[in-house]
Amino acid sequence: MFAVTCLAILVVMGIALARAFIGPTIYDRILAVNMFGTKTVLFIAVYGFLTERPEFMDIALIYALINFVGVIVVLKFVERYPPNSAHSDE
Amino acid sequence: MNFIIDALSWGCLLLGSFLGISGAIGIFSFKEFYSRVQAASVTDTLCVFFIMLGLILQSGFNLVSVKLIIAVGLLWLTGPLATHALVRSAYLTGLKPKLSITRKESAKRGKS
Amino acid sequence: MSNINLLIDVVLLTMLVLTTIAIVRLDSLFAIVMLTGVFSLLAANIFVVLDAVDVAFTEAAVGAGISTVLMLATIGITGYEQKRRRKISWIAPLTVVMITGAVLVYGTLDMPAFTDPTAPIHQHVAPRFINESPTEVGIPNMVTSVLASYRGYDTMGEVIVVFAALIGVLSLLGIRRNTEEYEYSEPPARPVLQVMSKFLIPFIILFALYVQFHGDFGPGGGFQAGVIFAVAIILYALTFSQQDAMDLVPPKLLKILASLGVLIYGGTGVVSMLKGGNFLDYNVLAHDPIHGQHYGILVIEFGVGLTVACVMMLIFFAFISRGDKNP
Repeated sequence: MFAVTCLAILVVMGIALARAFIGPTIYDRILAVNMFGTKTVLFIAVYGFLTERPEFMDIALIYALINFVGVIVVLKFVERYPPNSAHSDE
Repeated sequence: MNFIIDALSWGCLLLGSFLGISGAIGIFSFKEFYSRVQAASVTDTLCVFFIMLGLILQSGFNLVSVKLIIAVGLLWLTGPLATHALVRSAYLTGLKPKLSITRKESAKRGKS
Repeated sequence: MSNINLLIDVVLLTMLVLTTIAIVRLDSLFAIVMLTGVFSLLAANIFVVLDAVDVAFTEAAVGAGISTVLMLATIGITGYEQKRRRKISWIAPLTVVMITGAVLVYGTLDMPAFTDPTAPIHQHVAPRFINESPTEVGIPNMVTSVLASYRGYDTMGEVIVVFAALIGVLSLLGIRRNTEEYEYSEPPARPVLQVMSKFLIPFIILFALYVQFHGDFGPGGGFQAGVIFAVAIILYALTFSQQDAMDLVPPKLLKILASLGVLIYGGTGVVSMLKGGNFLDYNVLAHDPIHGQHYGILVIEFGVGLTVACVMMLIFFAFISRGDKNP
């Protein structure tokens, strides 16, 4: 049962990655990377249960924090130095 | 008793995976930034809750469950906050949502 | 069971290759920096699948956190557009790459299989570490015992490298103080973000302390804890203003603390020499070798964490104070 969930989370990560490659505006990419980070947290938790080593939860907690701070950093920089055409591909 | 817990956790994990995949399909196929934000953020939060609930049911009462609950709490706190910051940034630098009728049109209709 | 592992490995590595291709082909530097963060997250996932938990921890904290922050600060200074290069023909580079790749692949044909337990690399010191570590060092996490005790010199070299990077950045860039008239222009109010950051920052700092001292029993240690602590202060600097953060942790104090961390590490070695052992021999630090090892590892991990935290914060302040507009 954990294997099915692992594969589903990997599929979601792949599709979010596709959006990060394509996304015309910078904000699409930030959104996709944020979703990627959340799914990484889930992947590590489920994988820890799959291999019966639940000590991975520390890493999952760290990822959640780092992902959040990373998104805030990117947004602060986009606001501070806005690219010339923020609405389409720069 | 074990069978009930197993069945419940199977159900929660499947529901969480379904929500995650539907969020991914939404983020891929919506045509406009603000709709994608909606799809990603709403399904993300619920997906986290159900998958972690399934894992907590599997693991019982020990330290790992406490860490899972802390992880859920953290993701519930920071996920909507990141979305709020993202949409606020996008709106304040000028990315406007695409409406189905233009603004002039809707202003005209509102006035008349 | 191994089928699932193989499938997960293949999917993760494919996503890694696709991300690399996208990094090379894209033009916008912002997107490239964020895809580099995604690359680090994927690499950390692969490390988790390979059962290397401490490495995954460090890769996540450093690669997806600090590196993204510093690279964004850099492109804030240098600009977003990639310079147009003149087109060169692709035949010569492609030939060179193909020949080098073929030679490398030919070189690996002789190596033993990936997880072969009888490979020569597993016969030298690894059995000594694995067999003797519980009795000689006595802490559950074997990675920390190898890192801090058996290979203490290497870790001292790493800390000094981090410190040298700090010296390089400070002598080249320096932290600019606002010596001209202090225009206090209010940054735009962001009440939601500020309130929630005030709520989250103490927990992040507490988590950094937990990771620092839990490194003996689970994944963790000095490097990861230092990076997490620096991330908390960076979050404070970004949601409030940079001036507030520099008032909270003045750079003068940080410079002193960074040097103090390296001094603590080297000082432990000197103390053990003064007590009659070799340099960085923890057995002589206390009445009992096992206790000596515990004290030694605790002290040097503290030194490592202190230095790494201060270095990351100082480098962040140095990069961000080059900006023109008010934060």
